[in-house]
Amino acid sequence: MIKETLDEIRAKALEAISQAADAEKLNDIRVAVLGKKGELTGILKSMKDVAPEDRPKVGQLVNDTREEIERVLDAQKKKFDAAVMDARLRSEVIDVTLPSKKMRVGHKHPNTVALEEVERIFVGMGYEVVEGPEIEKDYYNFEALNIPADHPAKDEQDTFYIHGDLLLRTQTSSAQVHEMEKGRLPIKMISPGRVFRADEVDATHSPSFHQVEGLVIDKNITFADLKGTLDEFSKKLFGEETKTKFRPHHFPFTEPSAEMDVSCFKCGGKGCRFCKGSGWIEILGCGMVHPHVLEMSGIDNREYTGFAFGVGLERIALLKYEIDDMRLLYENDSRFLEQF
Amino acid sequence: MDASYSWLKVYVPDLSCSDQELFDALTLSGTKGETWRRLDKNLEKIVVGQVKEIKQHPDADKLVICQVDIGTETIQIVTGAQNLFEGAVVPVVLSGGKVAGGHDGGPLPENGIPIKAGKLRGIESNGMMCSIEELGCDKNLFPESNPEGIHIFSEKDGLPALGTDGVEALGLRDALFEFEITSNRVDCYSILGIAREAAATFKLPFKKPVVEIHETAEKASDYISVEVQDTDLCSRYCARVCTDIRIEQSPKWLRDRLRSCGIRPINNLVDITNYVMLEYGQPMHAFDLDTVAGHKIIVRRAADGDKFVTLDGEERTMDKDVLMICDAEKEIGIAGIMGGENSMITENVKTVLFEAATFNGPNIRKSAKRIGLRTDASGFFEKGLDPANAEAAINRACALVEELGCGKVTQGIVEAGLPIKPEKRIPLEVDRINALIGSSISRDDMIEILNREEVKVEGDTIIVPSFRQDLNEMCDIAEEIARFYGYDRIPVTLPKNSATAGGLSWKLRVEETLRETARYAGFSQAYCYSFESPKVFDQLNLAEDAPERQAIRIANPLGEDFSVMRTISLNGMLTSLATNFNRRNKDVRLFELGNIYIAESLPLTQLPDERMQLTLGFYGEGDFYALKGVVEELLDSVSLLETTEIRPFGDEAKKPFLHPGRQAQVLLADGKEQIAAGYLGELHPMVAHNYGMKGRVYVAVLDLPVIVERASYDHRYQGIAKFPAVTRDISMVVPREIPAGDIEKMIRQRGGKTLESVSLFDLYEGEQIKEGFKSMAYSLSFRNKEKTLSDDEVAGTMKKILNGLGSMNIELRS
Repeated sequence: MIKETLDEIRAKALEAISQAADAEKLNDIRVAVLGKKGELTGILKSMKDVAPEDRPKVGQLVNDTREEIERVLDAQKKKFDAAVMDARLRSEVIDVTLPSKKMRVGHKHPNTVALEEVERIFVGMGYEVVEGPEIEKDYYNFEALNIPADHPAKDEQDTFYIHGDLLLRTQTSSAQVHEMEKGRLPIKMISPGRVFRADEVDATHSPSFHQVEGLVIDKNITFADLKGTLDEFSKKLFGEETKTKFRPHHFPFTEPSAEMDVSCFKCGGKGCRFCKGSGWIEILGCGMVHPHVLEMSGIDNREYTGFAFGVGLERIALLKYEIDDMRLLYENDSRFLEQF
Repeated sequence: MDASYSWLKVYVPDLSCSDQELFDALTLSGTKGETWRRLDKNLEKIVVGQVKEIKQHPDADKLVICQVDIGTETIQIVTGAQNLFEGAVVPVVLSGGKVAGGHDGGPLPENGIPIKAGKLRGIESNGMMCSIEELGCDKNLFPESNPEGIHIFSEKDGLPALGTDGVEALGLRDALFEFEITSNRVDCYSILGIAREAAATFKLPFKKPVVEIHETAEKASDYISVEVQDTDLCSRYCARVCTDIRIEQSPKWLRDRLRSCGIRPINNLVDITNYVMLEYGQPMHAFDLDTVAGHKIIVRRAADGDKFVTLDGEERTMDKDVLMICDAEKEIGIAGIMGGENSMITENVKTVLFEAATFNGPNIRKSAKRIGLRTDASGFFEKGLDPANAEAAINRACALVEELGCGKVTQGIVEAGLPIKPEKRIPLEVDRINALIGSSISRDDMIEILNREEVKVEGDTIIVPSFRQDLNEMCDIAEEIARFYGYDRIPVTLPKNSATAGGLSWKLRVEETLRETARYAGFSQAYCYSFESPKVFDQLNLAEDAPERQAIRIANPLGEDFSVMRTISLNGMLTSLATNFNRRNKDVRLFELGNIYIAESLPLTQLPDERMQLTLGFYGEGDFYALKGVVEELLDSVSLLETTEIRPFGDEAKKPFLHPGRQAQVLLADGKEQIAAGYLGELHPMVAHNYGMKGRVYVAVLDLPVIVERASYDHRYQGIAKFPAVTRDISMVVPREIPAGDIEKMIRQRGGKTLESVSLFDLYEGEQIKEGFKSMAYSLSFRNKEKTLSDDEVAGTMKKILNGLGSMNIELRS
């Protein structure tokens, strides 16, 4: 008797589900059949009229019917949901090739791009980055660097003088002396900063520009170490395939001294307009710290040796980014800066 | 320093490398080549020919038809040249050959000018006879050649054989090198010095000139006496006397050699002094002895205000630091710079006094600068010459006088000055040298290298020749060893010491953070100059007595525009913005990190305070509050926002370059006080106008020393609130002059610990609000971290806040 009723409820419910047009309709069926006041719930409520020994069996039948209806309901609902989602997604197609809403981030100055690269390389090799003053005493800029009063280098560098023994530093080498005077050894530092020389402004000159000085002082430092360090630096800055060439040169504060060329990073050394056909580009000056310089800063030059180098930041920026006029670096035209 | 291959080969006869090899090898051993060029570039198929016959062209008045014997045959050439004669021996370029340039002497075309047989006004012409310019030469260097026509070989020089290489006959089978000589290598400012380097570089024998003089019986000391009064400025003075002087043209080999280095031949006497100057690096001077009063030379300082006429005819004023060459009565030359008109050599000279001296380099440099007369000679002297070189050079000159038949040389040198210092001795420390270089070069190899450069080694002692003034100690010797051993052969190693930490200084780290924050806020980095014009202070509307006007002046600036060190960073920023504005760039946002220079007192006697400033500036999109937001982000990036207050300046402290009603100061907590950390605002319209900008411009300046000292990257996690927040909105009518900051401050004070945030969500002034008031609405959010807030608790706090508003004369709106 109950079994027939259950069969009837199931058949009616399944028929209704198959006729339902949307998820809402399915919900109505769920309420009508399985809800608190639904037909199936009604049957469970009438269980009290069933003989106690039949109750488990009847209960099982009711639950089976309930599960079947729920299963079909859920399956049908999933179909409807998928159709709804599908319709929504299809209605929401956009043109991804339309222009973006620009996020305005500023740009680094090419000098800074170059400086950060140089700093990253040397910090990675364990160098400290320190600074020295831009207005200097003659002693730090010249005398302590083995450039005495009458030395032609003082004229060559076209120094801006202020008053008495004060001047605008012509080289970051002055920072070497400050570092050595601190009396902490060993020293492994680079010192970036602004320097000044009395050059009129043109495409290749500026009365103020930037250098990065390097200084290493310890026991047993050799010219071979200088070569190795700068070779490593060049490979990291210009690419692993870069070659270096050291040529003898003269600086009053280093001996032996050298200038370093790198294989042209535009043509790989074959010769092009950047390297003027030579395959090499001059990058920096370097050498073993002159024993007089060590001595003047109170370092025992029999026990300690060291090397120093100086590289022009603008020179690297101009070469690396193919900038053909130094004036662009100080005009700050946004159309220029936005390229970096 | 210029040197030709042919002249170098005189002293290194076995030199046989190519021009490029010579250039590269010398560069790698320390004599840096700047450029080199062939003197015979684009000169092809040029032979010596002789004009046999000249006939008038039938159809052209200005052309002639020449039959030219070129050894193997006679060819017909039509030319417009006016200076030919039958028998003239000339350079001839054959058909299919090339010349270097045009007859006008203009710039030389890169690939030369090809010459082909053809017809000139109907007459066949099978080549061209060449002028000096067509051969790519400066006619100034060939004074013996007719300036207006074909070069004609001179019979006096010995005529070259017909059909032989015309380029060779002209001395142009050569290359000219330009070397950059470093200031320590005074000896290399000479052909001999560079030749010595070349010999050492290629391991070839070096052959110095052999100087032999066949002196007459007369003694030079009977002709002249020399006294050096100021030996601090003249350490050596050598004089020799030559008699029976005959002024004439120098022989061709000497003229060719001078020309190969770009020196114009004049006459035998002048050419000898120029030749020796280049060969030995020792300038010389020749006086007409008959003009030297008392036959006496005195070397002494001039007196202030002395007038002196140099041999270029100019009258010049001396001072007491200029060294003069004088005779018994008068000044006859400015030492090391230029001789006097009163003692100059003329065609009629009979007896010549040669001078070779060593003057103080820095003194010559400074004197030449003060007098405004820099000459070839002063250029040499200012490098500081080797005193021993003077004697060698003067002897060489006298040997040439004999060789050229220019005169007779009397006996002996008359010398004065300081004694020549003995040769320096330096110990040869093989181990220390290897330790410095990082090499393992043997003692024998070191000695062999030193010997190549004429540096002798006796036992363990290096004997330094006088011309190597730069060799003084072990490191100098190490460089000699290293450069001839080859820098490229030295190993490549890294320092072997213990690892070091490395990293940015604290200041640089803070700067990096601020740089990145500014960039993310849309600002690009600018670089500005440290010096500027004092007019900037007026442009910035600064008062006459403003402290910013106490700027450090540069004693020798490039000009007024670069003459003072900046005391305020705005000018660079505004100049850059103005550049962008003028170029119609839209919405420009820039920042700059750069020092200002604050003097304790002027004139500057101690190092100034160099203060790094972060300057921001923009025009276009954005307003004051956008800028304020960026300033807050910057401070937040170094954990300083919590302790920052941005509030108006007092009237007396307002910045005159900012809009008086749109500027604010940035204050940081400093213990219980506050410290100024910068300012921000809209640029004063007048200042914007001064920089040629229209529209609103915004700037902010942060004084980094104040910020760097307090910056921090420490953060402590506060816990995320678990209990719900309660919000209350307050809508009110506020007297217009009460700043929002004051209201917020009061709300925060009275809100206590449970007040989580205060945000303004509406601000209105206008029609519905009574005159002199504004409508404001805040949303307050309360939260207790420990429990859910009850309405009663919030109501209590709100009451306190509302009372506070009441006491500020603020009405609530319902």
